[in-house]
Amino acid sequence: MNRAASHVKTIAKRELSSYFASPVAYVFLVIFLLLNGFFTFTAGQFFERGEASLAAFFGWHPWLYLVLVPAVGMRLWSEERRSGTLELLLTLPISPWEAILGKFLASWIFLALALALTFPVVITVNWLGEPDNGQILAGYFGSLMLAGVYLAITCMTSALTRNQVIAFILSVAACLFLILAGFNPVTDLFTRWASPAVVETIAAFSVVTHYDGFQKGVIDSRDLLFFASVIGFALFATAVILRNRRSA
Amino acid sequence: MIRIENLTKSFGAKNAVDNVSFSVERGEVLGFLGPNGAGKSTTMRMITGFLPPTAGSVSVGGFDVVEAPLEAKRLIGYLPESAPSYPDMSVRGFLAFAAEMRGLHGDAGKRAVARVVDLCFLSSVLHQSIDTLSKGYRHRTCLAQALIHDPEVLVLDEPTDGLDPNQKHEVRNLIRDMGRSKAVIFSTHILEEVDAACTRAIIIDRGRIVANGTPAELRAKSEIAGAITLQLAGAPDAAAKLAALPCARKVETLGAQLRAYPKDAAAAAELARSVIELVSREGWKLEALHTEEGQLDEVFRRITLPDTVKR
Ligand SMILES: Nc1ncnc2c1ncn2[C@@H]1O[C@H](COP(=O)(O)OP(=O)(O)OP(=O)(O)O)[C@@H](O)[C@H]1O
Ligand SMILES: [Mg+2]
Repeated sequence: MNRAASHVKTIAKRELSSYFASPVAYVFLVIFLLLNGFFTFTAGQFFERGEASLAAFFGWHPWLYLVLVPAVGMRLWSEERRSGTLELLLTLPISPWEAILGKFLASWIFLALALALTFPVVITVNWLGEPDNGQILAGYFGSLMLAGVYLAITCMTSALTRNQVIAFILSVAACLFLILAGFNPVTDLFTRWASPAVVETIAAFSVVTHYDGFQKGVIDSRDLLFFASVIGFALFATAVILRNRRSA
Repeated sequence: MIRIENLTKSFGAKNAVDNVSFSVERGEVLGFLGPNGAGKSTTMRMITGFLPPTAGSVSVGGFDVVEAPLEAKRLIGYLPESAPSYPDMSVRGFLAFAAEMRGLHGDAGKRAVARVVDLCFLSSVLHQSIDTLSKGYRHRTCLAQALIHDPEVLVLDEPTDGLDPNQKHEVRNLIRDMGRSKAVIFSTHILEEVDAACTRAIIIDRGRIVANGTPAELRAKSEIAGAITLQLAGAPDAAAKLAALPCARKVETLGAQLRAYPKDAAAAAELARSVIELVSREGWKLEALHTEEGQLDEVFRRITLPDTVKR
């Protein structure tokens, strides 16, 4: 077990340092922060709301991550395939799980870092009023879990192909589905021809439904379980894909 | 150390490797030859556990690659065909990564890196980023990665590809030296390497083994093997008299030289004796005489179909 942990750590370390080896990481961080600022203060009408909360900030994350998270994760396995290093990695005396976990964790840590760099909005809102900081913390936690869900799905699609662009498009499509399943305009559409029970079931698969709970400051174990199982399922699918498509 | 039994790999309807069996023991260097697309890389990918076999089995050091992959992989050092590496890393960073993944941490890792840097002549590019290396250096970096844990089994797919003549020479010597204490299998398109480094060679064609033996045994399969080439001053009737020898199959005239072919491989020694007897009996003036060893490239051409032939 100790050995497995050491493998996961070594792979994660390598992956993380490869993010920062190119300017792409910094460009990403800047874009991430700029977009967050734009959506919160302009599109989210942070000031006009007149309330001391980060609802405007967190509310946009499902949409913001839709593009940004696949952009971070698309290279994870595609690049290994394209450059042939997949052959090195999978002939090392490690279980494929260790590689999958190491790579996933590295990108998740990178996204956590990006998210942590948004701390000025927390300071701003605390300076302007008296927000519920527990709720904000729960919001950050939910946001990180949401990023993890998108990232795990991107892992899976990037294991499918050596082409990063295809991986990107597939993961955006899959994540979009997870949003739309519970997006009100879409569920309203469904209610016209499906029974409420069906609509309910579909909505239960939506990340938005579960994400909203965190934004209300509630960490519900069912929401947590949902996020954890989507991540688990997507990573499991990654392992299956890697086992069955070695030389694509 | 490496034991392959009835190994088959099919891609769709096509068998890339077709019922191949052989083994490589410690102290052996096996040269793996064959035309493009013969199935060399596919076989090696199955030995290293990258591709699962369609049928048959591979065991390394007694561990089945499918059943006990971790134990088998621990024993293997592998240089894949394209010599892949992480371009954004430095040579040192990459080798340190490989060492850590093989369980060599701290000082042990540093020593392992220093050792392979020496073996593969990488000290001048140690801190350079891999994507700025020339092809030969990239290749050597990946080779160094395969040697980092001083493995008992080496699987090298075209280890001298892209190297300059000096480096080819060094790598061949390295392979030969390592072969004394390890089991080595390497593929190549350069037939001289068989003589330079191998104790045994296998030729495969369209997924099947078509020859398996020591370099000398393979050469003996050559048509020219055992033929006597001689150069005489005068003696216009020599060709006819040589052809009349019972153990000679045919006689060829190559400019000033004559070449007599033995009736079969067993007749080679007898042919040499009778040619010399004939020369002294007739009193011919002999200027040169030697026995042909046989040529690997001729054997290779004869027993494998060229890639251009329709399959
Ligand atoms: N992933 C794959 N899908 C389909 N066919 C494949 C795949 N990998 C290899 N092949 C086929 O299997 C055959 C053997 O290929 P392999 O790479 O083992 O040849 P090789 O002997 O290494 O050739 P070379 O000397 O060119 O390196 C080829 O016909 C190749 O097209
Ligand atoms: Mg090959």
